[in-house]
Amino acid sequence: MNIKSKPVDSEGFDRLLTRIAHEILEKNKGSKNLVLIGMRTRGEFLAKRIQQKIKQIENIDLPLGVLDVTLYRDDFRTRLKQPEVSVSNITFDINERDIILVDDVLYTGRTVRAALNALMDFGRPGTIQLFILVDRGHRALPIRADYVGKNIPTSIDEEIKVKVKEIDGEDAIYLLESENKNN
Amino acid sequence: MKIILKNVNVFNPHQKLDENEVDLIIINGIISAMGKNKGDVISDAKVFDLKGKYIVPGLFDMHVHLREPGREDEETVITGCNSAANGGFTSIACMPNTDPAIDSAEIINFIINQAKSHLVKVHPVAAASLARKGEYLSPMAELYEAGAVGFSDDGTAIKTASIAKRAFEYSKMFNVPIIEHCEDESLAGGSMNEGLTSTILGLPPIPSVAEDLIVARDILLAEYTGGTLHIAHISSKKSVDLVREAKKKGIKVTAEVTPHHFTLTDNAVRGYDTNTKMNPPLRSQEDVQAVVDALADGTIDCIACDHAPHSPEEKDTEFEYAPNGIVGLETSLALALTELYHKKILSFEQLIEKMAINPRLILNISIPKIVEGELAEISIIDQNEVWTVDKNKFLSRSKNSPFDKKLLTGKSLGVINNHKMFFNGEFFSI
Amino acid sequence: MPLSSKHLLGLQGVPREDIQLILDTSITFREVLERPIKKVPTLQGKTIVNLFYESSTRTRISFELAEKRLSADTINFSVSGSSVGKGESFKDTIKNIEAMKIDMIVVRHAAAGTPLYLTKISDANVINAGDGIHEHPTQALLDLYSIREKLGKLEGLKVCIVGDIAHSRVALSNIYGLKTMGAHVSICGPATMIPRNIEKLGVKIIYDIDEAIQENDVLNILRIQLERKAREYFPSIREYSKYFGITEQRLEKNGKDILILHPGPINRGVEISSLVADGKNQIILNQVTNGVAVRMAILYLLGTLN
Repeated sequence: MNIKSKPVDSEGFDRLLTRIAHEILEKNKGSKNLVLIGMRTRGEFLAKRIQQKIKQIENIDLPLGVLDVTLYRDDFRTRLKQPEVSVSNITFDINERDIILVDDVLYTGRTVRAALNALMDFGRPGTIQLFILVDRGHRALPIRADYVGKNIPTSIDEEIKVKVKEIDGEDAIYLLESENKNN
Repeated sequence: MKIILKNVNVFNPHQKLDENEVDLIIINGIISAMGKNKGDVISDAKVFDLKGKYIVPGLFDMHVHLREPGREDEETVITGCNSAANGGFTSIACMPNTDPAIDSAEIINFIINQAKSHLVKVHPVAAASLARKGEYLSPMAELYEAGAVGFSDDGTAIKTASIAKRAFEYSKMFNVPIIEHCEDESLAGGSMNEGLTSTILGLPPIPSVAEDLIVARDILLAEYTGGTLHIAHISSKKSVDLVREAKKKGIKVTAEVTPHHFTLTDNAVRGYDTNTKMNPPLRSQEDVQAVVDALADGTIDCIACDHAPHSPEEKDTEFEYAPNGIVGLETSLALALTELYHKKILSFEQLIEKMAINPRLILNISIPKIVEGELAEISIIDQNEVWTVDKNKFLSRSKNSPFDKKLLTGKSLGVINNHKMFFNGEFFSI
Repeated sequence: MPLSSKHLLGLQGVPREDIQLILDTSITFREVLERPIKKVPTLQGKTIVNLFYESSTRTRISFELAEKRLSADTINFSVSGSSVGKGESFKDTIKNIEAMKIDMIVVRHAAAGTPLYLTKISDANVINAGDGIHEHPTQALLDLYSIREKLGKLEGLKVCIVGDIAHSRVALSNIYGLKTMGAHVSICGPATMIPRNIEKLGVKIIYDIDEAIQENDVLNILRIQLERKAREYFPSIREYSKYFGITEQRLEKNGKDILILHPGPINRGVEISSLVADGKNQIILNQVTNGVAVRMAILYLLGTLN
C-alpha cells in the first residue's frame, strides 16, 4: 500500500473530535435523548471517543451501541468472497431516540444505507444523524452526513485509511494508492 | 450344419478329458469328431479359429430368478435364457418365487414350454410349500414328475422347523435336495450386514447370525431325517464352518456361493448404491475370506449367481425401500475367472467343477459328455480376455448390477446346446 | 473461508474449520433473536423447501422460523396429502418440486442415505434434517453451540450421550461433531441399544449410569422412543427409568454439577425426571432457542455461497 499523504495527524485527529462533539451538542441543544451507535469496526472506537468528549463537556454518559451491518449488505450475492459476520450490541431501546450514527469513511453510501435498514429493525428512532470522520466523495446513493470531520476528495484509485490508537497504534488519517481497483 | 471349433483345448474333468489344441467337429448339433487337425478334411463347414480357448461342458447356474410368470417387465423366460447364454451358460435352474409361485405342474409345464426351443435348458425348482407360505407341503410328487429338480421357498427360508422337517422327509422319496435360503425370519428385514459399516451408514442391520441359525437348523433336520440339504447363497463364516463340520460327519449337505459374495464386502455399501443391496447382504472381510477358503477346500460345492432382475424404478429409490438383488448371469463366469482362477485360489479344473459339474450332481442332472455321438452342450471360454462390463449390453431385460464399468479378465465367447449356437452375440441353428 | 461443501448431509468427515465457522456465525444470529424485529433481509428472494417425509413438528418449525427470519420464502412439503400417496416415486417428486425453481431443500426422511441421494438428483443445496438412524447434523451443531455457550469451550470436555444410541441419529452426529472439536465422547445405555462396533469410532461404552455421571462434564440425554420398534429393545419403561433415568437423587449421589442436554421432546419420568428437566443443570430450552440461531447460520452460510 502506497501512502500518498497524511492529511491528519494525531493532534489534528483529537481537535476534529472535540469540534464534532461541540457541533453535536449545539445542533441537538444539549445531550438529552442522544444515543451513540458506532459501526463496526472503527466507527465503534470513534463513537467511544465522542462519548468521552461529551462526558468531559457536559458530564453526561451517553448510551453507546455497536452495529454490524453485514447481514444487510446489498452485495454479498455478487461478491466473490462470503463476508464474515460479526455481532451487533445495542442493549437500549432506540424508539424515539436521537441516534448519532458513527462511521469512519463515507464513500458510496451503501454501508450507511444498510445501517439505516438495520436500525429500523431495532425500533423506530426519533432521528438518525450521521457523523462521518472523513467524506471522500463518489456518492452512489442520496446519503449525506450531518457532521463531517474532514472532506478529502479522492479519485477511484485512491483510498482513505483511518487509524485509531485502540487497534492500529496511532490516531491518523492517511491517503493511499489503492491495492485493488475494485474497492 | 457343420461346425469346426479349431485348435481348441477341450477340458472335462468329469470325463478326465484334457486335450490341447484339437479340432472339435459338430454336425447338426451332435459331436462328430475330436482330434488334431481333424477339421482340415471337412468341407462346407463354418470354422471358428479358437486357438488358446477352452471348450468345457456347458456351464450350469442353479440359482436364477426368471420373473415369469408375474414380472415380465423385469425378465421373461426367454430374456433370462438369452442372458444365460451371453454369460456362458447352457443350462439354468430357476427359482419358484414367481407370481404365482411354482407350486403346480401347470406352471412347471408353462416354464419348460417357454424355453423349449431355446439353446438354454431350464430346470425349474419348485416351491417347498404351497405358495411358499410355509403352511402346507407343495405337491412334490406331481411337481417332480413335471420336471422339478429341487424344492425351495427361496426368497425366505421354509417358515418353521416342522414344515421344513416334513419337506426333508417327503423329498427323500425323489432324491432331490431341499434348497434353503437360510435366514431367521425374526431377525430379517434389515438393509445390510450388521457391523461397523451399518452403524456408520445408519442402515437397519441384518446380523450374520440370522443366516447361521437356519443353516444350523437345516443341517440338524437333514441329519435327523436323512434328507438332502443344499444351502443357497451361503455368505457367513460361521455358516461355512457349520457346513464343513456337517460334511465331515457325512450329513447330506451341499452349498453354493454367489460371485458378489466372494468379490465384495459390506464396505461397498458406502454411498448407498442400491446395486449393493441384496439378501444375504454383502458381508465383512472375514466372511468373504471364509467363503473363498471354503471354495478352495471344497466346503462350498458350486458357484450360483442368484440372478435377480429388478426394474429401474424399483431400484432407483431410497436405499431402505429398494428391493434386494442384482443380475448376475452375464458377469458370473468373468468374476469367477478374475477373482478365483487368476488369483490362483482355484485351478481351472476346480472352477469348471464348481460351475458345470457339481451343480448338476447336486440336482441329479446328467453331465454333458464331450464325446462322439453326444449332443453338443458346451461353453467356449477365453480365460484371458480383458474387457469392461457394460450393463447396457446385457441381454437381460434388467440392468441392476454393481459391476458396471468394472474391468474383468476372462469371459465366455459362446455356447452350444440343443442344436443351436450362440456366438458373438447371435443365436443360430446348427 | 466459506463452508467446504454446498450441502450439510452429516457431521461425519466435516472439517473442524467448517464446524467452527457455523458455531461462530450462530453467535450473530443468536443476537438477532434478541431484537424486537427478529428479521434480516439476507436470504430475500431465496426459496427453501422443507421436505418432511417423516413427521416432525419441532424441527420443522425451527427450520421454518430460521428461514422466515432470514426473509426467505418457505414451502412445507409433507408426505401425506401429496402425490406420494398416489404412488409417485421419490425421484419424480423431487424433479417436480425442482421444476418450480427452488434454491434449497431441508429434508427429513425415514430412510438413511436419502439426503445424499437427493444431491444426485437435484441441484439445490441440501440440508439433512434427520435421515433414518443415520445423522441429524443441525441438532448436533446446536448441541455443540449450547455446550460451548454455557461452558466456554468444547476441547477436552468429557461428554456422555445417554439412551437408545442404536436408533438415534442425534447420537451419531454428536459423536462425530464432538470428536472433531476435541471433546472426549462416551455413550451409556442398555447393551441392546448400543450399536455394533461403535467403539471403533473412538467412543467409550459405559453401562452404569452412575459411572457415566461421575466421569463426565456433560450428559446429552436421548429420548426413549416409546412408540416405535425401539420399544422391543428394553423390558419396560419402569426398568429403563430405574436403571438409566437421570434423577436429582442420582445427580446428588454422584455429587456432580453436570450439564444436562436433551434434544426433546422429553418423556418426563422416563429418561429424565421432572425436577432435573426443570432444574438448574439443564439447558434444554436454551437448546431450542439456539436451534433457530444455528439453523439460521447454516442457511446463511449455504444460501450465500457462490
